[in-house]
Amino acid sequence: MTRYIFQRLIYMVITMFLIATLTFFLMKFLPGTPLSAADKLSEEQQAVVLEKYGLDDPVPVQYFNYMVGLAQGDLGISFQFDNREVTNIIMERIGPSMQLGIQAMVIGTIIGMLLGLVSAIYHNGPLDYTSTFLAVLGQSIPSFVFAGLLQYYIGVKFGWFPVALWEGWEYTVLPTVSLAIFPIAIAARFMRTEMLEVMGSDYIVTARAKGVNKFGVVFKHGLRNALIPLITVLGPLAVGLMTGTLVIENIFAVPGIGEQFVKAINMNDYPIIMGTTLLLAFMFIFIILIIDLLYGVIDPRIRLAEGE
Amino acid sequence: MDNHKPSKDLFVPVDTTNDESDKITRPSLSFWQDSFIRLRKNVGAMIGLFVLIILTVMAIFGPYMNEYGEYDQDLSRSKMPPKVEGLGWLGMDGMLTDVQSADTLERAQEKALMRFNNQDEFIETEVLNDGSNGEKAEVQATYDVYAAKGMEENFWFGTDGLGRDQWTRTWIGTRVSLYIAFLAAAIDMLIGVTYGGISAYYGGRVDNYMQRFIEILVGIPNLVLVILMILILEPGILSITIALAIAGWISMARIVRGQILKLKNQEFVLASRTLGAKDNRILQKHLIPNVLGLIIINTMFSIPSAIFFEAFLSFIGLGLPTPMASLGTLINAGFQSLQIYPHILLFPAIIISLIMIAFNVLADGLRDAFDPKMRE
Repeated sequence: MTRYIFQRLIYMVITMFLIATLTFFLMKFLPGTPLSAADKLSEEQQAVVLEKYGLDDPVPVQYFNYMVGLAQGDLGISFQFDNREVTNIIMERIGPSMQLGIQAMVIGTIIGMLLGLVSAIYHNGPLDYTSTFLAVLGQSIPSFVFAGLLQYYIGVKFGWFPVALWEGWEYTVLPTVSLAIFPIAIAARFMRTEMLEVMGSDYIVTARAKGVNKFGVVFKHGLRNALIPLITVLGPLAVGLMTGTLVIENIFAVPGIGEQFVKAINMNDYPIIMGTTLLLAFMFIFIILIIDLLYGVIDPRIRLAEGE
Repeated sequence: MDNHKPSKDLFVPVDTTNDESDKITRPSLSFWQDSFIRLRKNVGAMIGLFVLIILTVMAIFGPYMNEYGEYDQDLSRSKMPPKVEGLGWLGMDGMLTDVQSADTLERAQEKALMRFNNQDEFIETEVLNDGSNGEKAEVQATYDVYAAKGMEENFWFGTDGLGRDQWTRTWIGTRVSLYIAFLAAAIDMLIGVTYGGISAYYGGRVDNYMQRFIEILVGIPNLVLVILMILILEPGILSITIALAIAGWISMARIVRGQILKLKNQEFVLASRTLGAKDNRILQKHLIPNVLGLIIINTMFSIPSAIFFEAFLSFIGLGLPTPMASLGTLINAGFQSLQIYPHILLFPAIIISLIMIAFNVLADGLRDAFDPKMRE
């Protein structure tokens, strides 16, 4: 197992290195520099600014410096905020994004599982059709459309929760719900399929034959076995949430990474774009790794198949 | 035991001339006929298909159904509410309503009138709460915008902030989404299937290099890849096309590779090779058709996510540049005046939701039809 983890970690470092290189050179091709709006500066002043950001060096030197800094956790200095380190900006803004993401993930999977469970228990009944229909809606309606509906009806018309900003737990409600819709839908559909499959297996029939009541069978025998495959969808879900926060944070004016990222794109702030891209890629790879490992720990059959 | 021997006279030979038990009474169905019958029985998928056909027809002919062009600006008619003769009960009556509350009834009345520029003759007020029970007084004002502006013609979906007709722009935006759907499908089919097929069929070192390349691409989140591409290429329909082409085919390539690896060592491939078939022919005639069901299913599932990507990019300002209409940019514009003029957001939001739901339901139906094992 340790060898497997070690191997995966090395793969991770290589991938991160390639992504960092790729983003660096893509950024070099970008139109516009931090000086494109600063025609008023004299040539001497421009040279000073370029030197400050290390942009006067030849590209290979810049690349080397960037990589050395990256290895030490230094992502450079932001173009739009004077003298502010990208690492600090990201650290400052990661809190709200993480909070939203985790809340949406936890709420989404729990509600989704319950919906899927209800579907499976009342298979082909009206409750099943209702929850399947809701799941299709949740999977199809784009999160920003749903966020708009919530903002208009819950926020403006009824005034139950604040429409935007970030000043307390009640401000997290609408963005969390908008984000959670997708995990709810995916978890519900997946749970329903798995549960139906598990409920048809022999040990369930045996338990029923021995006189265990329906709910005992569902929760003690069915649910536990249906949960294992659910872990596989958690990875794509987490990645989907990362995408979702980009728009949701903008709609609800949440001071998170996503909002900063979109702003940075519009401002040509390369260091922030690169830093955030690397962070997203890192989280993506890391989540996939954790889920692969979790899967092996929970289901021994997979470990055997890998010859561990 | 010997006395139990039955007499031979009890047995009569079976008349085999009229035996029909071996005959196949139903016509034999090919895989495609069978799948098509299953698909036709799926009510949800058929509704999805129907909705898509209607949306496509509307996307083609909708913009020509009135005389307003995509870019015809006229600030005198900005933010008109939707109005369709005979559909007033749906709220498409060309009226704007707003509820104002204040401490006294008079003040609330005044605020309600002020809300629509005090054009008294076109405003009807209705007292919801006269404030006598200690609560705030509430007055609802209904403003007939079309009468107030003396406008004869109707805007079916209303107009946006610059007075452009939402009906025309919404259907033009639908065209963009449908183009993206077609594009995503084409990319999946062409690049994904070819890449996966070649990688699996030739195997060995080719497969190894091709898979390492995919692993790197997979490591980069799709969204980040697309955003980086669009940053380099300037926003526009071409850059979205290229970005999708780069990011859109990976999962298809992996699925096709897995299937072909499984199939390529089977006897029918060996038989074909023994008969002298070339690689091209084996891939095209034997391997790809056997994976086609899965290819279609996977294509159908990648379409809604591509449509979402385009709308999402346009929404955050990386998609189509401003004067152009895409459902994403229309929704983004709708957000800016959501509180007072929700209709600007409403129609593009409904259309994109319909497109996504229809594609998802149809994809589910196709999966059930082509691959009954995967049926939920």
